[in-house]
Order: sequence, then C-alpha cells, then structure tokens
Amino acid sequence: MPSKVRNAPDPAQAAATAMARHRHDPLELLQMLRDVEEACGWIPPEAIDCIEARLALPRAKILGVASFYSFLHLKRAGRYRILFSDNITDRMLGSLGLLDRMCRGLWVERGKVSEDGLVSVDTTSCTGLCDQGPAILVNGLAVTRLTERRVDDICELVRDEVPPGEWPADFFRVEDNIHRRDALLGTPWLPGRALEAALARSPEDLVAEMKASKLRGRGGAGFPAGLKWQACREAPGKARYLVANADEGEPGNFKDRVLLANAADAIFEGMALGAWATGARRGFLYLRGEYRFLLDHLEAVLERRRAARLLGESILGREGFDFDVAIHVGAGAYVCGEESALIESLEGKRGTPRNRPPYPVTQGYLGQPTAVNNVETFAASCLVALKGGAWYAGIGTPESTGTKLVCVSGDCEQPGIYEYPFGVEVRQVLADCGARLTQAVQVSGPSGATVPAAEFGRRLAFEDLPTAGALMVFNERRDMFEVARNFVHFFAHESCGFCTPCRVGTSLLRNMMDKLANGHGSPYDFAEIGKLNLLLQSMSHCGLGHSACNPVLGTIAKFRGAYQRRLAHEEFEPAFDLDRALAAARQMTGRDDAAAHVRPETEETA
Amino acid sequence: MNATFTLDGRPVAFSEGQTILQAAVAAGAYIPHLCFHPDFKPHGSCKVCTVKVGGRHAASCTTRATAGAVVESDTPELNAERRALVQMLFVEGNHFCPSCEKSGDCKLQATAYDLGMSTPHFDHFYPDRPVDASHPDMLLDFNRCILCSLCVRASRDVDGKNVFALAGRGIRTRLIANSRTGRLVDTSFSHQDKAAHVCPVGVILHKRRGFETPFGSRVFDRKPISARADSTAEIAAVEADGS
Repeated sequence: MPSKVRNAPDPAQAAATAMARHRHDPLELLQMLRDVEEACGWIPPEAIDCIEARLALPRAKILGVASFYSFLHLKRAGRYRILFSDNITDRMLGSLGLLDRMCRGLWVERGKVSEDGLVSVDTTSCTGLCDQGPAILVNGLAVTRLTERRVDDICELVRDEVPPGEWPADFFRVEDNIHRRDALLGTPWLPGRALEAALARSPEDLVAEMKASKLRGRGGAGFPAGLKWQACREAPGKARYLVANADEGEPGNFKDRVLLANAADAIFEGMALGAWATGARRGFLYLRGEYRFLLDHLEAVLERRRAARLLGESILGREGFDFDVAIHVGAGAYVCGEESALIESLEGKRGTPRNRPPYPVTQGYLGQPTAVNNVETFAASCLVALKGGAWYAGIGTPESTGTKLVCVSGDCEQPGIYEYPFGVEVRQVLADCGARLTQAVQVSGPSGATVPAAEFGRRLAFEDLPTAGALMVFNERRDMFEVARNFVHFFAHESCGFCTPCRVGTSLLRNMMDKLANGHGSPYDFAEIGKLNLLLQSMSHCGLGHSACNPVLGTIAKFRGAYQRRLAHEEFEPAFDLDRALAAARQMTGRDDAAAHVRPETEETA
Repeated sequence: MNATFTLDGRPVAFSEGQTILQAAVAAGAYIPHLCFHPDFKPHGSCKVCTVKVGGRHAASCTTRATAGAVVESDTPELNAERRALVQMLFVEGNHFCPSCEKSGDCKLQATAYDLGMSTPHFDHFYPDRPVDASHPDMLLDFNRCILCSLCVRASRDVDGKNVFALAGRGIRTRLIANSRTGRLVDTSFSHQDKAAHVCPVGVILHKRRGFETPFGSRVFDRKPISARADSTAEIAAVEADGS
C-alpha cells in the first residue's frame, strides 16, 4: 500500500515556522510565502493572518506580492500541481499532446483543480530543461523526458496519491549534457585558488585585471564586468551588495542550471572575488523557482566553503575580509531576471522594474551600491583572477572576449551545452550539434534574434549576435509563425503589468496573433501587428517590453511568407467567432455533433 | 535655478532634481499625463507623458531635466503614440462615459478628447470587475481603473493607511483593498483621506454626491485639459469645494 500524501499542516504553524526561519524580517516576505506554499500546497488566508499580525505588514501588500508570482497560490490548489513547460521546444517534442493525455488520464480540465482537490494540470513558462524535454514541474520539482508511458505512470502515481518524493528517481534525473568544453568548463576547479591569487594583490589590482580582461556580462546585455565592479566600489554608500543572477528565465536558456549543478564553487568563488573588489560584505544568489531542485546542493556547497574559510568572516585568514552569500529562491516571474526587478524581489516585493537611472550599481539593494552579475560572469571572473586579464582577453574576439556557454535545443541530434570562444559561427554550432535541414535558429531566446539559413555565417558575439546563451534550432518543417506566436504568448504571460504599453500591448499582440492562427487574419491585422510592435519598442518601461516585439518583427522580416499564409481574408473581419464562442456550451452539454455547431464545416479547435 | 531646457522650442526653467514633467507643470506647460500628480513622487507607469529627449523616447515624469536638453512633446508622432496608449486603457477596462458620473471631470476622457481619439480602435477585453459599494461613504467602481496607483501612493504616503495595493500580474493586474474580506468597508478608509481625492478616473467615488455638478459645467467641459496649467490640482480644488 503506497503511503498517502501527508495531511497539510496547520497554516498558522506553517506561517510561524516560515517567519522564524527568516528571522521575522519583512524583507524576506517572498521567501516566507514560498515556505508556506511548500508546506501547505497553497497560501491559506489563516497563514496570511499570522504574517500580517506578526510582521505588521498591510494585508494588501502581502496579497500584492503573493499574487505577482506564478508559483504562489492564494486559492486552494491541487495536492498535486503539475505544470507543463510551454516553450516552443517542449511543444516540438509533443508536450501539448502529452498534456491532453494527462488531463484525460486524471479526469481533469486543463487549468482547473479536479473536483476532489487532488490535482491540477496547466502550463508554465520554459523551465530550462529544453535539452531533455518535454519537461514538467510536479509540486515545484522538475521531471524530464516525458513520454506517453511516463505520463501514464505519473497519472497512476497521482491517483494512488504517492508522494512525489517516492516516485522513481529516474523521473527527476536532470542531465548536464555538456558536449563541448573550453576555458570555463575545461578548467578543473580547486576551491580557493582564484581567491588566493586575488588576495595576493590589492582589490584595485583585481578591478584592473577585470577591466583588462574585457569580460562582459553573460546575461546578454554585455556590460563590462570590471567597470561595474569599479562603479560599485566607488559609489558612495553605507554598505555594498553583490547579487548573482540565477533567475534564468529566458526560454531556451539552461546554462545557468548546468553551471549551478557543476561549477557552483566557481560561481561562489567569483562572488567572493567581487566582494574583494567592491568591498561588499553580503551577497545573494537569486535562484529561479524552477531550479528549486538545486537548492540543497547549493546550500551544501556554501556550507563546505564556509568550513574551508572561503566564505564568512576573515576569508582565507584575511582580517576584515568578511563576505557571505544567501540564496533567495524566486517563485515564477521572468521579469525578475531584469536586475532592478530582481532587487525589488530580493527586498520581498512585487518584481516590478524600477525607474532607471539611478542604476543598481549606485542605488540597488536597500538603496545601496549593488553589483548584479550573471552566474556565468562570476564563474568566468575566476579565470581572470587565476590567469590574468590579458590571458583572458586573448580568447574570443577583441570586442567579445572569453568563452560563452551556448544552450542548444530544438531540431538537432545532440541538444545540450556547448562552450565556444566568442565569435563562433552559427553554422559551426549547427554542425557540432548535428542539426540537419535547418530553417532558422533563435539566438538568445524570444527577446533575441531570429536568424535564417542565409545568415548562418553570422557570429555569436556582442558585435554581431549578442546572446545570453540560448540557440533554438528549427528545421524546415517548422512553422516560424507558430514559433513567434509561442514567444508572444510568453511575453503576455510574463509582462509585470506596470506600464500600459507592455501590460495591454503584449496581450493585444497575443490576441492578434491568435486571430491570424484562427483563420481570421487580413492584411489589416498584419499592419496592426507591425504598428503595435513599434509602440511596444518605443514606449515600454523596461527591456521586457522593448524586446517583446523582437520575435514578431524578426520573423516578419525574415519569414514574411509564414504570415502571408495566415491572412485568410482580403478585407478586415472581426476576431470574434460565434462557433468558437460556443465551445464552452458544447463542452457543458457533452455534444459535438453537427447541430451543435453554427458552421458545420468549421473544424473544432482545442 | 536659471538652467533651462527647451520644450517644443520654448525654454522651460527647472531646478536641480526636477523631472521634465515636474518642471513643465510648474511652468504652466502641458504634457499629457495620467499617473503623475505634482504632490507625489513620479511613478512612470502610464507612459502617456512620453516625450522625445534628444530624439529618444523617455517618460517625462521620471526623466530628470538637464540643461540644454531638447524635448519634443506636441508632435504628431508622439500624440499618435499617446492616443494608442489611451485607447489601450479604454479597452483594458470597461469605460462607458455616458453613464459615468465622473464624465467631464475625468482625466482619461479629457486626455482622449484632447488627443483626438474618436474610437477605442483595439478589441475590448471586457474584464469582469465587480464594484465594491460596501463602504457607507465611498463607492469603488474597478471597471474604470487605469492602475495609475495614485490612490495607493496617497493612502500610503499621505494618509499613512495603506488602504490600497496593486495585485496580480500583467493584464490581470488589479487594485485591491486592504482587508481580509477584500471589501472597502472593512478597511480604515475615510472619505476625508487624500486617497479619496486623487483618482483621475471614476473608480473612487463619493456617495450621495453624484452629478452634483451637471454635465456641461464640469472641469473639462469648460476648457480642454491641455488648456489648463495644472488640471490635477484644479480637479482636487473642485472636489474640495464640494465636500
């Protein structure tokens, strides 16, 4: 007899435990809410009562924070919460068919909790397992390589109420899939070596080496890391902070996951280097909620480093060099990858990007100078400390030094991580990963660039194709309109809602793309889509809105035919479709015969 | 204090730390705006005040004024973009001006008229937003909310009450009241609060005062919004007279 899911704990007790664990510090509100969600499966009002009373926070603020993050539930959720990663690469591997199969197997409607409160099945933004999808999250834990067989097994486990902790370990196996190693992944890490090298000289020297290395931010924006550290060091403030951005939300990216799993020591060592360079005494690693399964491993690495005096007080015996790192776990919000939104989230608030300037490097966490770097940037800084800025600057191209972890997914034989010196041609990556008959690649995710076959001679480098790492491959059979539509849905789902153009514009754009997909498009709609994208680009508050137009503008420019095919009408016609609107009525009555349709010739769309 | 920038070719003086819109409002120059109020720290969410500074788009309420900056505002291109933003706000909520008791005193409506908006243009979202009539003195009609957060800021920063907050995300972002039931009557809200007097649209309404001023003689019935040096202060003054 399998053991049942344990009874949900008392909400008040869960809230008390969560608050005590986080020292009753209101800055830790999001972490407390996460703990309550993990303990109870949702955030019951009684738990909010306790937090409101004990922390003296306005209830509306607590609700405002909790309702911002996708993985927090203010209404009772299923005891099993299953989320299908909905990146285009998951779809190409058949995720939607598997989702339907699971819904049928569990007698549950997508997006709703089953009537017995057992389970809910829905979609979520890319979970960063594109090289081993289709992937799902079960109560926050990643399950990879879904097949029909695995879906059926999961349905049975859920029906029998077997706790996820007792499911076959193979379901949760996450592979690294490293297929090419270069300077970063090819260097064996001896914890402390880079720090020893840095401590042999002054913080100013380290900043100078970093500047000489010309190491640029690996999150995609490419700001020189040495300049950022110097600015943080020189900015006036009461305290300085370092943040490692591991909120890897850009669909198609998964190199942070692999680095966190494989080279956590290098990341934390890079943070300590940053602390030496800037004078920061506290650091945070902001781990995206989807990578919750890495938390125990990361905490263990931190503990080991503290024991080895590589973190904590008097690091490596150096009096006055104190620095420690705390891990903050996100809760499902892509926008928190934007550095000022990330800092808001670190402060326990809604992840709304701040007005900039001031930039975080002068006024970041708690208004103090804060250097936010991607985890790959921190790891790379160890190479600079060990081997010198000039050595590092000799790798890659003059404007894009060093190496880059490229995350390959989609239509190829060997998806996974490929580390190349900057400047590698797209063609080379495609050859190495075994891609055939490739129509296009999407570089750096939805906010990046769509590159057609004619441009495969272009190079991955800040001066040509800047990238956070993702490289999604689409072969000749793929419909690039559907690729763009998937990305548009992603941005509409992830818009924070702060500014008008992005909040409303991304949803309008989603509806217009759906209108084309539903066969109601005309040249008028095509023109409207173009205009709306330009408005998003010029008027939005942050990078999310600015780049939300990229997939559509990019595919229109390179794959106009994919849109033209969708313009079924010469003249404008409304998006409203009476037959489609009656789908709910058909479902309620269990009918799908000809007489239940307004236009019998219309195909039913799911 | 002698530093100036140019707004559509005319010099505007500003003091250190002022944003472009703050300086423009102080100088009696009009840049369309909705979420900005001179009494509060600029927020920068509606983006209707977007101008071009040295050729680049920027929200004028949050962009610091700099000496010699060349600011364009009243141009066909920018006004068309603003009109599209206002249209977005109209289709996002449920706005029926003829039956709204804020008609004529509403900044959204006045700005739409001023920008020459003649249709909502985009498809409506028709969101489901129940009204909250629980409070004895005040009514909340969320259908008209444009998420400017002026009431959030007023209640938090002036009234010290935190009666309002924004919840949700993306197109589902919504205004909520600070109580366990979610109803306004269960908050500490009072009709004398600053937050009861800052709503630029018709969400936060005073009961038993509807249509005190007849249509035709309301603030923006008399003069278009662009002809008023400080329309926000003026509406506040009108409301204060009536209380």
